Amino acid sequence: MSVTTADHSRRGFSLGEYITCLNGIVWREALRFLHQRERFVSALVRPLVWLFIFAAGFRQVLGISIIPPYETYILYEVYIAPGLMAMIQLFNGMQSSLSMVYDREMGNMRTLLVSPLPRWYLLACKLLAGTAVSLLQVYAFLLIAWLWDITPPPIGYLTVLPALILSGLMLGALGMLISSGIKQLENFAGVMNFVIFPMFFASSALYPLWRVQEGSPMLYYVCQFNPFTHAVELVRFALYGQINWVSLAVVGGCTAVFMIGAIYAYDPSRGLIRRTPAGGET
Amino acid sequence: MTAIDATTASLAQPDMPSSGHDPAAVPALSIDGVSHSYGPRHALIDIDFNVAPASFTALLGLNGAGKSTLFSLITRLFGIQAGRISIFGHDIGRAPSEALRLLGVVFQPRTLDLDLSVKQNLLYHAALHGIARREAGLRSQEVLTRIGLADRAGSKVRDLSGGQMRRLEIARALLHRPRLLLLDEATVGLDVKARADILTHVRQLVTEQGIGVLWATHLFDEIIPTDDLVVLHQGKVLAHGEVARVVADAGAQDVNAAFARLTAAVADTRSAAP
Repeated sequence: MSVTTADHSRRGFSLGEYITCLNGIVWREALRFLHQRERFVSALVRPLVWLFIFAAGFRQVLGISIIPPYETYILYEVYIAPGLMAMIQLFNGMQSSLSMVYDREMGNMRTLLVSPLPRWYLLACKLLAGTAVSLLQVYAFLLIAWLWDITPPPIGYLTVLPALILSGLMLGALGMLISSGIKQLENFAGVMNFVIFPMFFASSALYPLWRVQEGSPMLYYVCQFNPFTHAVELVRFALYGQINWVSLAVVGGCTAVFMIGAIYAYDPSRGLIRRTPAGGET
Repeated sequence: MTAIDATTASLAQPDMPSSGHDPAAVPALSIDGVSHSYGPRHALIDIDFNVAPASFTALLGLNGAGKSTLFSLITRLFGIQAGRISIFGHDIGRAPSEALRLLGVVFQPRTLDLDLSVKQNLLYHAALHGIARREAGLRSQEVLTRIGLADRAGSKVRDLSGGQMRRLEIARALLHRPRLLLLDEATVGLDVKARADILTHVRQLVTEQGIGVLWATHLFDEIIPTDDLVVLHQGKVLAHGEVARVVADAGAQDVNAAFARLTAAVADTRSAAP
């Protein structure tokens, strides 16, 4: 009898094995993204509609005064560009959570969860993979925005990268946490209504907070507590080579909280994921 | 003749000798006092049995018996509520990495990524086990040749037949060279030929590679007299042992009749209960 089983006596994993796993998950996420061209197109069309139509229409209505990080009066298109970048990441994070629910329904998620590597690490890799995909979309948007004459300082394209990674991680972790509580794919419409739209509209993505405060002090406080507001501001400042320390702290803290929550939720002994077998199984 | 047929034609005869494992060895799988409930409904009640290395154990039960729940516990998809599960001595709850490293699994629902190619699915699985790309490529080629899908390496999985997908899932489960293989209703929905191919292939893994196999099924004709058998019914183990002994103990002529007698006894007990 020829036994071709591997040496399983050792414990733990080498750094190389961890890196191989990360590469594999990112590679698979990128492949899936490339196979779903319509996803890429729709991810770009959404912010471009806001940029080309909404912003153009409201340019004369919503004047923007000089507020940090801007040093001059700016056009409304310039103001909402960072908000739209964060919006791409928000939708991508929720798309990832939709994809996790789908994978769980279809069974693909099991392939990931029965890997011997630590589950927290697998989820972190999944999160990084989703963030990497969102970066591709954001930079494609920035390229089109540049053609539309929205031109941040050249160094901004580089300095915004860490901010995009952090905000992408935060929104991806939020999506992952939400996916753990969604039992069926059909329930995902609720996420659109109760998470994405409120987060986007109750933020500084479309209008500066001082204008919100003039209109509704209550909404102003809601916006202040909205982590998406801080993701937008982190990206906005970074795009102009500056750091908004409050937003950095909030986004960093929320990333940690959402990630810990997602790891907890996907832990088989404690978590929130469905504890009944999939349809037809017993 | 398929590649599987060619390599296994001389194996897995119905009268082949017992797998002859050493009973003193550490069990490939040890299930000790495991119970599981979904709210008030008891899915598994005090389950106890072992799977020896290099043995084929059939887990026989009707739909709803608790087979898939047991598989979810062994693979750590569900947390263990009561009892203990070990794979080659590694407790799945306390040392999941060590335990899962030794385990290959084929779930009842298809878990392949349909949009990726055959080879991409294998490479992804290899990455999840930390197998470097070069080594993963070599192993993928090896297993695809073995299951007769080498010429389909670049094909999208959705273009494969049901039988080919199952063979691919088995090949994938073996890519990291596990010592225990779980298959949950792996032949459901396949035609007779595909079923026979897969069953023969899995039995070959036991005899040639010394892999312990737990084969969940509700089909009596997939079981041969020298297999180990666990009869699971309504969340309880009704019998466990070599098929011939289980059949004899039940005073029956074959597995089918033995199963009918064992489950009827449960029904009688319930109806007699006050």
